Amino acid sequence: MELLLQQILSGLATGTIYACMALAVVMIYQAIGHLNFAQGEMATFSTFVAWQLLAWGVPYWAAFVLTIALSFVAGVLIERVVFRPLHGAPALSHIVVFIALLAIFNNGAGFIWDFTIKSFPSPFGQTTMFGSMLNAHQAGMIVCTLVMLVLLYLFFSRTRLGLAMRAAAANPESARLVGIRVGWMIALGWGLASAIGAVAGMLIAPIIFLEPNMMLGVLLYGFAGAVLGGLTSPVGAVVGGLVVGVVENLAGTYVPVVGSELKLTIALSLIILVLIFKPSGLFGRAVAKRV
Amino acid sequence: MTALLSVKGLTASYGDGQVLSGVDFEVQRGGVTVLLGANGAGKTTTLRALCGMVRRSGDIVLDGAPIQNLSTEGVVRLGVAHVPDGRGTFAQLTVDENLQLGSITRRDRRGIGEDVERCFTYFPVLKERRGQQAGTLSGGEQQMLAVARALMLRPKLMLLDEPSFGLAPMIVKQIFAIFRTLSESTSVSMLIVEQNAALALELADHAYLLETGRVVFSGRPDDIRNDPTLRRSYLGY
Repeated sequence: MELLLQQILSGLATGTIYACMALAVVMIYQAIGHLNFAQGEMATFSTFVAWQLLAWGVPYWAAFVLTIALSFVAGVLIERVVFRPLHGAPALSHIVVFIALLAIFNNGAGFIWDFTIKSFPSPFGQTTMFGSMLNAHQAGMIVCTLVMLVLLYLFFSRTRLGLAMRAAAANPESARLVGIRVGWMIALGWGLASAIGAVAGMLIAPIIFLEPNMMLGVLLYGFAGAVLGGLTSPVGAVVGGLVVGVVENLAGTYVPVVGSELKLTIALSLIILVLIFKPSGLFGRAVAKRV
Repeated sequence: MTALLSVKGLTASYGDGQVLSGVDFEVQRGGVTVLLGANGAGKTTTLRALCGMVRRSGDIVLDGAPIQNLSTEGVVRLGVAHVPDGRGTFAQLTVDENLQLGSITRRDRRGIGEDVERCFTYFPVLKERRGQQAGTLSGGEQQMLAVARALMLRPKLMLLDEPSFGLAPMIVKQIFAIFRTLSESTSVSMLIVEQNAALALELADHAYLLETGRVVFSGRPDDIRNDPTLRRSYLGY
Protein backbone atom coordinates (compact mmCIF):
# COMPACT_ATOMS: atom_id res chain seq x y z
CA MET A 1 0.00 0.00 0.00
CA GLU A 2 2.74 2.37 0.96
CA LEU A 3 4.66 1.38 -2.15
CA LEU A 4 1.59 2.06 -4.28
CA LEU A 5 1.07 5.49 -2.76
CA GLN A 6 4.72 6.31 -3.15
CA GLN A 7 4.70 5.23 -6.78
CA ILE A 8 1.62 7.33 -7.48
CA LEU A 9 3.10 10.40 -5.83
CA SER A 10 6.42 10.18 -7.59
CA GLY A 11 4.51 9.45 -10.81
CA LEU A 12 2.60 12.68 -10.25
CA ALA A 13 5.88 14.52 -9.72
CA THR A 14 7.33 13.47 -13.08
CA GLY A 15 3.81 13.80 -14.48
CA THR A 16 3.93 17.54 -13.80
CA ILE A 17 6.88 17.77 -16.17
CA TYR A 18 5.07 15.78 -18.84
CA ALA A 19 2.09 18.03 -18.23
CA CYS A 20 4.24 21.10 -18.87
CA MET A 21 5.59 19.68 -22.12
CA ALA A 22 2.10 18.58 -23.17
CA LEU A 23 0.80 22.05 -22.41
CA ALA A 24 3.59 23.68 -24.42
CA VAL A 25 2.88 21.40 -27.37
CA VAL A 26 -0.86 22.06 -27.18
CA MET A 27 -0.33 25.80 -26.97
CA ILE A 28 1.54 25.85 -30.25
CA TYR A 29 -0.80 23.29 -31.78
CA GLN A 30 -3.74 25.56 -30.94
CA ALA A 31 -2.02 28.51 -32.55
CA ILE A 32 -0.66 26.99 -35.76
CA GLY A 33 -2.17 23.51 -36.00
CA HIS A 34 1.14 21.66 -35.99
CA LEU A 35 3.04 19.64 -33.38
CA ASN A 36 6.33 21.23 -32.43
CA PHE A 37 8.88 18.40 -32.45
CA ALA A 38 11.56 20.83 -31.34
CA GLN A 39 9.79 21.67 -28.09
CA GLY A 40 12.02 19.31 -26.13
CA GLU A 41 15.29 20.59 -27.57
CA MET A 42 14.15 24.18 -27.01
CA ALA A 43 13.54 23.29 -23.36
CA THR A 44 16.93 21.59 -23.11
CA PHE A 45 18.62 24.64 -24.58
CA SER A 46 16.83 26.85 -22.04
CA THR A 47 18.05 24.56 -19.27
CA PHE A 48 21.63 24.91 -20.54
CA VAL A 49 21.21 28.67 -20.44
CA ALA A 50 20.09 28.36 -16.80
CA TRP A 51 23.08 26.09 -16.09
CA GLN A 52 25.40 28.69 -17.61
CA LEU A 53 23.87 31.48 -15.54
CA LEU A 54 24.31 29.38 -12.40
CA ALA A 55 27.88 28.64 -13.39
CA TRP A 56 28.48 32.37 -13.64
CA GLY A 57 27.31 32.68 -10.05
CA VAL A 58 23.80 34.02 -10.56
CA PRO A 59 21.59 33.01 -7.59
CA TYR A 60 19.22 30.11 -8.38
CA TRP A 61 15.88 31.90 -8.45
CA ALA A 62 17.29 34.87 -10.35
CA ALA A 63 18.65 32.45 -12.95
CA PHE A 64 15.30 30.64 -12.97
CA VAL A 65 13.32 33.79 -13.70
CA LEU A 66 15.88 35.15 -16.16
CA THR A 67 15.87 31.87 -18.08
CA ILE A 68 12.09 31.94 -18.31
CA ALA A 69 12.20 35.49 -19.63
CA LEU A 70 14.93 34.72 -22.16
CA SER A 71 13.10 31.60 -23.33
CA PHE A 72 9.92 33.61 -23.77
CA VAL A 73 11.70 36.15 -25.96
CA ALA A 74 13.42 33.39 -27.93
CA GLY A 75 10.08 31.66 -28.51
CA VAL A 76 8.57 34.88 -29.85
CA LEU A 77 11.59 35.44 -32.09
CA ILE A 78 11.49 31.89 -33.48
CA GLU A 79 7.89 32.43 -34.51
CA ARG A 80 8.52 35.85 -36.02
CA VAL A 81 11.63 34.84 -37.93
CA VAL A 82 11.05 31.20 -38.85
CA PHE A 83 7.35 30.42 -38.74
CA ARG A 84 5.65 33.62 -39.83
CA PRO A 85 6.91 33.21 -43.40
CA LEU A 86 5.66 29.61 -43.30
CA HIS A 87 2.11 30.67 -42.49
CA GLY A 88 -0.31 28.53 -44.48
CA ALA A 89 2.45 26.24 -45.76
CA PRO A 90 1.70 22.51 -45.87
CA ALA A 91 2.29 20.23 -42.89
CA LEU A 92 5.43 18.73 -44.43
CA SER A 93 7.16 22.10 -44.66
CA HIS A 94 6.43 22.64 -41.00
CA ILE A 95 7.73 19.20 -40.07
CA VAL A 96 10.97 19.79 -41.94
CA VAL A 97 11.49 23.09 -40.16
CA PHE A 98 10.66 21.54 -36.78
CA ILE A 99 13.25 18.84 -37.40
CA ALA A 100 15.75 21.48 -38.47
CA LEU A 101 15.14 23.42 -35.26
CA LEU A 102 15.49 20.22 -33.27
CA ALA A 103 18.86 19.52 -34.86
CA ILE A 104 20.02 23.11 -34.48
CA PHE A 105 19.18 23.34 -30.78
CA ASN A 106 20.46 19.86 -30.04
CA ASN A 107 23.80 20.34 -31.78
CA GLY A 108 24.00 23.95 -30.74
CA ALA A 109 23.76 22.93 -27.10
CA GLY A 110 26.32 20.18 -27.66
CA PHE A 111 28.66 22.59 -29.45
CA ILE A 112 28.50 25.28 -26.80
CA TRP A 113 28.31 23.16 -23.65
CA ASP A 114 29.55 19.77 -25.01
CA PHE A 115 27.74 16.47 -24.84
CA THR A 116 28.94 15.25 -21.43
CA ILE A 117 26.35 14.81 -18.72
CA LYS A 118 26.15 17.67 -16.24
CA SER A 119 24.50 17.75 -12.88
CA PHE A 120 21.95 20.48 -12.31
CA PRO A 121 21.21 21.75 -8.82
CA SER A 122 17.85 21.52 -7.14
CA PRO A 123 16.75 24.53 -5.09
CA PHE A 124 14.67 22.22 -2.91
CA GLY A 125 17.25 19.62 -1.91
CA GLN A 126 16.76 15.87 -1.68
CA THR A 127 15.49 15.40 1.88
CA THR A 128 12.61 12.98 2.04
CA MET A 129 9.26 14.03 3.39
CA PHE A 130 5.77 12.67 4.13
CA GLY A 131 7.26 9.52 5.65
CA SER A 132 9.68 9.07 2.75
CA MET A 133 6.87 9.18 0.22
CA LEU A 134 8.40 12.01 -1.73
CA ASN A 135 11.66 13.87 -1.70
CA ALA A 136 11.82 17.63 -1.41
CA HIS A 137 12.67 18.16 -5.06
CA GLN A 138 9.67 16.16 -6.23
CA ALA A 139 7.42 18.16 -3.92
CA GLY A 140 9.01 21.35 -5.25
CA MET A 141 8.35 20.25 -8.83
CA ILE A 142 4.69 19.74 -8.04
CA VAL A 143 4.36 23.08 -6.26
CA CYS A 144 6.23 25.00 -8.99
CA THR A 145 4.11 23.59 -11.80
CA LEU A 146 0.92 24.15 -9.85
CA VAL A 147 1.83 27.79 -9.32
CA MET A 148 2.65 28.16 -13.00
CA LEU A 149 -0.60 26.49 -14.07
CA VAL A 150 -2.64 28.73 -11.79
CA LEU A 151 -0.89 31.81 -13.18
CA LEU A 152 -1.53 30.63 -16.75
CA TYR A 153 -5.14 29.89 -15.94
CA LEU A 154 -5.62 33.36 -14.48
CA PHE A 155 -3.87 34.91 -17.49
CA PHE A 156 -6.12 33.15 -20.00
CA SER A 157 -9.37 33.52 -18.07
CA ARG A 158 -9.03 36.94 -16.47
CA THR A 159 -6.97 39.18 -18.74
CA ARG A 160 -7.99 40.76 -22.01
CA LEU A 161 -4.75 39.68 -23.64
CA GLY A 162 -5.48 36.08 -22.60
CA LEU A 163 -8.97 36.38 -24.05
CA ALA A 164 -7.54 37.77 -27.29
CA MET A 165 -5.13 34.83 -27.51
CA ARG A 166 -7.93 32.34 -27.01
CA ALA A 167 -10.02 34.09 -29.64
CA ALA A 168 -7.15 34.12 -32.13
CA ALA A 169 -6.66 30.37 -31.65
CA ALA A 170 -10.36 29.54 -31.82
CA ASN A 171 -11.24 31.57 -34.88
CA PRO A 172 -8.46 33.62 -36.51
CA GLU A 173 -10.66 35.26 -39.13
CA SER A 174 -13.22 36.51 -36.62
CA ALA A 175 -10.38 37.56 -34.35
CA ARG A 176 -9.00 39.82 -37.10
CA LEU A 177 -12.50 41.25 -37.54
CA VAL A 178 -12.49 42.50 -33.96
CA GLY A 179 -9.04 44.01 -34.48
CA ILE A 180 -6.84 41.37 -32.83
CA ARG A 181 -3.35 41.17 -34.30
CA VAL A 182 -3.50 37.42 -34.77
CA GLY A 183 0.13 37.10 -35.88
CA TRP A 184 1.35 38.57 -32.60
CA MET A 185 -0.98 36.33 -30.60
CA ILE A 186 0.62 33.32 -32.29
CA ALA A 187 4.06 34.69 -31.45
CA LEU A 188 3.01 35.16 -27.82
CA GLY A 189 1.79 31.56 -27.81
CA TRP A 190 5.27 30.47 -28.93
CA GLY A 191 6.81 32.61 -26.23
CA LEU A 192 4.62 31.07 -23.54
CA ALA A 193 5.22 27.54 -24.81
CA SER A 194 8.95 28.14 -24.81
CA ALA A 195 8.82 29.58 -21.28
CA ILE A 196 6.77 26.63 -20.00
CA GLY A 197 9.29 24.26 -21.58
CA ALA A 198 12.10 26.10 -19.82
CA VAL A 199 10.40 25.57 -16.44
CA ALA A 200 9.95 21.88 -17.22
CA GLY A 201 13.59 21.53 -18.25
CA MET A 202 14.95 23.25 -15.15
CA LEU A 203 12.74 21.17 -12.86
CA ILE A 204 13.51 17.79 -14.43
CA ALA A 205 17.24 18.37 -14.97
CA PRO A 206 18.24 17.60 -11.32
CA ILE A 207 16.61 14.16 -11.72
CA ILE A 208 17.65 13.04 -15.19
CA PHE A 209 20.83 15.14 -15.52
CA LEU A 210 21.56 17.72 -18.15
CA GLU A 211 22.80 16.79 -21.62
CA PRO A 212 21.62 17.77 -25.11
CA ASN A 213 19.26 14.78 -25.48
CA MET A 214 17.78 15.24 -22.04
CA MET A 215 14.23 16.05 -23.14
CA LEU A 216 13.89 13.46 -25.89
CA GLY A 217 12.04 10.91 -23.77
CA VAL A 218 10.27 13.60 -21.77
CA LEU A 219 8.83 15.13 -24.92
CA LEU A 220 7.51 11.73 -26.03
CA TYR A 221 5.70 11.42 -22.71
CA GLY A 222 4.51 14.97 -23.21
CA PHE A 223 3.13 14.08 -26.63
CA ALA A 224 1.42 11.06 -25.10
CA GLY A 225 -0.11 13.30 -22.43
CA ALA A 226 -1.25 15.83 -25.01
CA VAL A 227 -2.82 13.18 -27.22
CA LEU A 228 -4.45 11.48 -24.26
CA GLY A 229 -5.95 14.72 -22.98
CA GLY A 230 -6.81 15.99 -26.42
CA LEU A 231 -4.66 18.28 -28.54
CA THR A 232 -7.34 20.94 -28.48
CA SER A 233 -7.56 21.17 -24.71
CA PRO A 234 -4.93 22.79 -22.47
CA VAL A 235 -6.63 21.35 -19.38
CA GLY A 236 -6.66 17.96 -21.06
CA ALA A 237 -2.95 18.25 -21.79
CA VAL A 238 -2.18 18.84 -18.11
CA VAL A 239 -4.40 15.99 -16.93
CA GLY A 240 -3.04 13.75 -19.68
CA GLY A 241 0.54 14.52 -18.67
CA LEU A 242 -0.16 13.68 -15.03
CA VAL A 243 -1.93 10.44 -15.96
CA VAL A 244 0.97 9.41 -18.19
CA GLY A 245 3.40 10.08 -15.33
CA VAL A 246 1.45 7.90 -12.92
CA VAL A 247 0.77 5.11 -15.43
CA GLU A 248 4.42 5.03 -16.45
CA ASN A 249 5.54 4.68 -12.86
CA LEU A 250 2.96 2.09 -11.86
CA ALA A 251 3.58 -0.04 -14.93
CA GLY A 252 7.32 0.12 -14.32
CA THR A 253 6.82 -1.12 -10.77
CA TYR A 254 3.96 -3.61 -11.03
CA VAL A 255 4.14 -5.09 -14.51
CA PRO A 256 7.25 -7.24 -14.34
CA VAL A 257 7.95 -7.29 -18.08
CA VAL A 258 7.96 -3.53 -18.35
CA GLY A 259 10.60 -2.65 -15.77
CA SER A 260 12.49 0.48 -16.61
CA GLU A 261 13.54 -0.77 -20.04
CA LEU A 262 10.13 -0.71 -21.69
CA LYS A 263 8.76 2.42 -19.99
CA LEU A 264 9.01 4.53 -23.12
CA THR A 265 7.01 1.93 -25.01
CA ILE A 266 4.11 2.72 -22.73
CA ALA A 267 4.04 6.31 -23.92
CA LEU A 268 4.07 5.25 -27.56
CA SER A 269 1.43 2.55 -27.04
CA LEU A 270 -0.73 5.08 -25.26
CA ILE A 271 -0.49 7.46 -28.23
CA ILE A 272 -1.52 4.72 -30.64
CA LEU A 273 -4.36 3.43 -28.45
CA VAL A 274 -5.82 6.89 -27.92
CA LEU A 275 -5.59 7.71 -31.62
CA ILE A 276 -7.38 4.46 -32.49
CA PHE A 277 -10.15 4.57 -29.91
CA LYS A 278 -10.67 8.21 -29.06
CA PRO A 279 -8.80 10.46 -31.48
CA SER A 280 -10.09 13.66 -29.88
CA GLY A 281 -8.63 12.59 -26.51
CA LEU A 282 -10.30 12.64 -23.12
CA PHE A 283 -10.94 16.37 -23.09
CA GLY A 284 -10.99 17.00 -26.84
CA ARG A 285 -13.07 19.84 -28.10
CA ALA A 286 -16.65 19.37 -27.04
CA VAL A 287 -18.38 22.39 -28.47
CA ALA A 288 -22.10 22.59 -28.14
CA LYS A 289 -23.42 23.35 -31.58
CA ARG A 290 -26.97 24.03 -32.58
CA VAL A 291 -28.02 23.91 -36.19
CA MET B 1 -23.85 65.05 -45.97
CA THR B 2 -20.27 64.14 -46.79
CA ALA B 3 -18.90 60.74 -47.64
CA LEU B 4 -17.42 58.72 -44.78
CA LEU B 5 -16.35 55.96 -47.13
CA SER B 6 -15.60 56.42 -50.77
CA VAL B 7 -14.61 53.56 -53.02
CA LYS B 8 -13.26 53.92 -56.55
CA GLY B 9 -12.36 51.20 -59.01
CA LEU B 10 -12.45 48.42 -56.45
CA THR B 11 -11.44 45.05 -57.85
CA ALA B 12 -11.09 41.80 -55.99
CA SER B 13 -10.30 38.24 -56.92
CA TYR B 14 -10.20 34.77 -55.42
CA GLY B 15 -7.29 32.93 -57.01
CA ASP B 16 -7.73 33.38 -60.76
CA GLY B 17 -11.35 34.44 -60.68
CA GLN B 18 -11.99 38.14 -60.62
CA VAL B 19 -15.18 38.84 -58.70
CA LEU B 20 -15.25 42.63 -58.66
CA SER B 21 -14.27 44.61 -61.74
CA GLY B 22 -14.12 48.26 -60.79
CA VAL B 23 -16.82 49.01 -58.24
CA ASP B 24 -17.48 52.67 -57.27
CA PHE B 25 -19.68 53.70 -54.38
CA GLU B 26 -19.91 55.90 -51.31
CA VAL B 27 -21.33 55.69 -47.82
CA GLN B 28 -22.50 59.01 -46.40
CA ARG B 29 -21.60 60.07 -42.87
CA GLY B 30 -24.41 58.86 -40.60
CA GLY B 31 -26.16 57.33 -43.59
CA VAL B 32 -27.39 53.86 -44.44
CA THR B 33 -26.30 52.53 -47.79
CA VAL B 34 -27.53 49.24 -49.16
CA LEU B 35 -25.93 46.99 -51.75
CA LEU B 36 -28.42 44.89 -53.66
CA GLY B 37 -27.83 42.21 -56.23
CA ALA B 38 -28.37 38.61 -57.14
CA ASN B 39 -26.36 35.74 -55.73
CA GLY B 40 -22.81 35.91 -57.03
CA ALA B 41 -23.00 39.61 -57.93
CA GLY B 42 -20.11 40.36 -55.57
CA LYS B 43 -21.87 41.89 -52.59
CA THR B 44 -20.16 39.84 -49.90
CA THR B 45 -16.87 40.15 -51.73
CA THR B 46 -17.24 43.93 -51.70
CA LEU B 47 -17.52 43.92 -47.91
CA ARG B 48 -14.65 41.48 -47.60
CA ALA B 49 -12.52 43.61 -49.91
CA LEU B 50 -13.15 46.71 -47.78
CA CYS B 51 -11.75 44.82 -44.79
CA GLY B 52 -8.81 43.33 -46.60
CA MET B 53 -10.12 39.80 -46.30
CA VAL B 54 -9.57 39.16 -50.02
CA ARG B 55 -6.90 40.37 -52.44
CA ARG B 56 -8.04 43.77 -53.66
CA SER B 57 -6.98 46.86 -55.55
CA GLY B 58 -8.53 50.26 -56.14
CA ASP B 59 -8.99 53.27 -53.90
CA ILE B 60 -10.76 52.92 -50.58
CA VAL B 61 -10.88 56.12 -48.56
CA LEU B 62 -12.26 56.12 -45.02
CA ASP B 63 -12.65 59.47 -43.33
CA GLY B 64 -10.13 61.02 -45.69
CA ALA B 65 -7.46 58.35 -45.25
CA PRO B 66 -6.65 55.61 -47.77
CA ILE B 67 -7.13 52.15 -46.28
CA GLN B 68 -6.69 49.87 -49.30
CA ASN B 69 -3.27 48.74 -48.12
CA LEU B 70 -4.18 48.08 -44.51
CA SER B 71 -4.53 44.63 -42.96
CA THR B 72 -7.92 43.49 -41.70
CA GLU B 73 -6.89 44.34 -38.13
CA GLY B 74 -5.74 47.77 -39.30
CA VAL B 75 -9.05 48.57 -40.97
CA VAL B 76 -11.01 47.37 -37.94
CA ARG B 77 -8.88 49.51 -35.64
CA LEU B 78 -9.98 52.58 -37.63
CA GLY B 79 -13.56 51.90 -36.54
CA VAL B 80 -14.94 49.58 -39.18
CA ALA B 81 -17.03 46.80 -37.65
CA HIS B 82 -17.83 43.95 -39.99
CA VAL B 83 -20.63 41.51 -39.22
CA PRO B 84 -19.71 38.79 -41.72
CA ASP B 85 -21.95 36.20 -43.31
CA GLY B 86 -22.02 33.25 -40.97
CA ARG B 87 -21.86 35.86 -38.19
CA GLY B 88 -18.33 35.10 -37.05
CA THR B 89 -19.21 34.54 -33.42
CA PHE B 90 -16.68 32.73 -31.25
CA ALA B 91 -18.77 29.62 -30.69
CA GLN B 92 -16.72 28.18 -27.83
CA LEU B 93 -16.57 31.44 -25.90
CA THR B 94 -19.35 32.88 -23.78
CA VAL B 95 -21.65 35.71 -24.79
CA ASP B 96 -19.85 38.00 -22.35
CA GLU B 97 -16.46 37.07 -23.78
CA ASN B 98 -17.71 37.68 -27.31
CA LEU B 99 -18.80 41.18 -26.30
CA GLN B 100 -15.47 41.84 -24.58
CA LEU B 101 -13.71 40.76 -27.76
CA GLY B 102 -15.74 43.30 -29.72
CA SER B 103 -14.08 46.00 -27.62
CA ILE B 104 -10.66 44.36 -27.45
CA THR B 105 -8.94 47.28 -29.21
CA ARG B 106 -10.32 49.83 -26.76
CA ARG B 107 -8.70 50.93 -23.52
CA ASP B 108 -11.54 52.77 -21.74
CA ARG B 109 -12.68 50.21 -19.17
CA ARG B 110 -15.63 52.29 -18.00
CA GLY B 111 -16.90 53.00 -21.51
CA ILE B 112 -16.71 49.30 -22.33
CA GLY B 113 -18.86 48.46 -19.30
CA GLU B 114 -21.42 51.06 -20.35
CA ASP B 115 -21.50 49.72 -23.88
CA VAL B 116 -22.11 46.17 -22.67
CA GLU B 117 -25.13 47.46 -20.75
CA ARG B 118 -26.27 49.41 -23.82
CA CYS B 119 -26.10 46.23 -25.92
CA PHE B 120 -28.17 44.44 -23.28
CA THR B 121 -30.87 47.11 -23.53
CA TYR B 122 -30.95 46.63 -27.32
CA PHE B 123 -30.93 42.84 -27.03
CA PRO B 124 -32.21 41.83 -23.56
CA VAL B 125 -32.03 38.12 -24.43
CA LEU B 126 -28.23 38.39 -24.54
CA LYS B 127 -28.19 39.43 -20.90
CA GLU B 128 -30.04 36.25 -19.94
CA ARG B 129 -27.52 34.24 -21.93
CA ARG B 130 -24.38 36.13 -20.97
CA GLY B 131 -22.64 33.15 -19.35
CA GLN B 132 -23.56 30.71 -22.09
CA GLN B 133 -21.32 29.44 -24.90
CA ALA B 134 -22.20 31.44 -28.01
CA GLY B 135 -22.50 28.22 -30.01
CA THR B 136 -25.53 27.22 -27.96
CA LEU B 137 -27.54 30.31 -28.94
CA SER B 138 -30.28 30.17 -31.57
CA GLY B 139 -29.58 31.64 -35.00
CA GLY B 140 -31.42 34.84 -34.16
CA GLU B 141 -29.61 35.24 -30.87
CA GLN B 142 -26.28 34.66 -32.60
CA GLN B 143 -27.08 37.38 -35.13
CA MET B 144 -27.98 39.72 -32.26
CA LEU B 145 -24.70 38.81 -30.59
CA ALA B 146 -22.81 39.51 -33.83
CA VAL B 147 -24.42 42.95 -34.11
CA ALA B 148 -23.83 43.67 -30.43
CA ARG B 149 -20.21 42.61 -30.75
CA ALA B 150 -19.79 44.97 -33.68
CA LEU B 151 -21.30 47.81 -31.63
CA MET B 152 -18.75 47.17 -28.88
CA LEU B 153 -16.11 48.64 -31.18
CA ARG B 154 -17.98 51.97 -31.15
CA PRO B 155 -17.65 51.85 -34.92
CA LYS B 156 -17.81 54.72 -37.36
CA LEU B 157 -18.93 52.31 -40.03
CA MET B 158 -20.76 49.02 -39.74
CA LEU B 159 -20.60 46.49 -42.56
CA LEU B 160 -23.57 44.16 -42.30
CA ASP B 161 -23.59 41.08 -44.50
CA GLU B 162 -27.10 39.66 -44.94
CA PRO B 163 -28.25 40.33 -41.40
CA SER B 164 -31.64 38.74 -42.15
CA PHE B 165 -30.22 35.51 -43.57
CA GLY B 166 -31.89 32.37 -42.24
CA LEU B 167 -33.82 34.15 -39.49
CA ALA B 168 -37.48 34.09 -38.54
CA PRO B 169 -39.42 37.18 -39.74
CA MET B 170 -40.06 38.30 -36.16
CA ILE B 171 -36.36 38.32 -35.38
CA VAL B 172 -35.52 40.09 -38.64
CA LYS B 173 -38.01 42.81 -37.77
CA GLN B 174 -36.48 43.19 -34.33
CA ILE B 175 -32.95 43.42 -35.66
CA PHE B 176 -33.84 45.94 -38.34
CA ALA B 177 -35.68 48.02 -35.74
CA ILE B 178 -32.40 48.16 -33.82
CA PHE B 179 -30.57 49.25 -36.98
CA ARG B 180 -33.08 52.06 -37.36
CA THR B 181 -32.62 53.13 -33.75
CA LEU B 182 -28.87 53.08 -34.19
CA SER B 183 -28.92 55.09 -37.36
CA GLU B 184 -31.28 57.67 -35.86
CA SER B 185 -29.75 57.99 -32.41
CA THR B 186 -26.04 57.56 -33.11
CA SER B 187 -23.63 58.85 -35.71
CA VAL B 188 -22.76 55.39 -37.02
CA SER B 189 -22.89 54.81 -40.76
CA MET B 190 -23.97 51.50 -42.21
CA LEU B 191 -23.32 49.56 -45.36
CA ILE B 192 -25.80 46.72 -45.64
CA VAL B 193 -25.78 43.82 -48.05
CA GLU B 194 -29.23 42.26 -48.22
CA GLN B 195 -31.26 39.75 -50.20
CA ASN B 196 -34.40 41.10 -48.60
CA ALA B 197 -34.44 44.27 -50.71
CA ALA B 198 -37.79 45.61 -49.56
CA LEU B 199 -36.68 45.53 -45.94
CA ALA B 200 -33.30 47.06 -46.65
CA LEU B 201 -34.69 49.85 -48.80
CA GLU B 202 -36.97 50.96 -45.96
CA LEU B 203 -33.89 51.66 -43.90
CA ALA B 204 -31.53 52.94 -46.57
CA ASP B 205 -31.00 56.45 -47.83
CA HIS B 206 -29.00 55.25 -50.80
CA ALA B 207 -28.89 52.04 -52.81
CA TYR B 208 -26.51 50.49 -55.30
CA LEU B 209 -27.28 47.56 -57.55
CA LEU B 210 -24.47 45.16 -58.28
CA GLU B 211 -24.43 42.84 -61.27
CA THR B 212 -21.52 40.49 -61.93
CA GLY B 213 -19.00 42.62 -60.14
CA ARG B 214 -20.11 46.04 -61.40
CA VAL B 215 -22.40 48.78 -60.12
CA VAL B 216 -25.25 49.02 -62.63
CA PHE B 217 -27.44 51.47 -60.79
CA SER B 218 -27.10 54.02 -58.02
CA GLY B 219 -29.89 56.05 -56.53
CA ARG B 220 -32.35 56.68 -53.75
CA PRO B 221 -34.68 53.88 -52.59
CA ASP B 222 -37.62 55.65 -54.23
CA ASP B 223 -35.85 55.58 -57.59
CA ILE B 224 -35.88 51.78 -57.41
CA ARG B 225 -39.46 51.60 -56.21
CA ASN B 226 -40.58 53.92 -59.02
CA ASP B 227 -38.70 52.19 -61.81
CA PRO B 228 -40.92 49.35 -63.12
CA THR B 229 -38.03 47.18 -64.35
CA LEU B 230 -35.91 47.53 -61.22
CA ARG B 231 -38.93 47.10 -59.01
CA ARG B 232 -39.85 43.85 -60.71
CA SER B 233 -36.28 42.48 -60.61
CA TYR B 234 -35.38 43.44 -57.08
CA LEU B 235 -38.61 43.92 -55.18
CA GLY B 236 -40.63 41.31 -57.04
CA TYR B 237 -43.87 43.20 -57.58
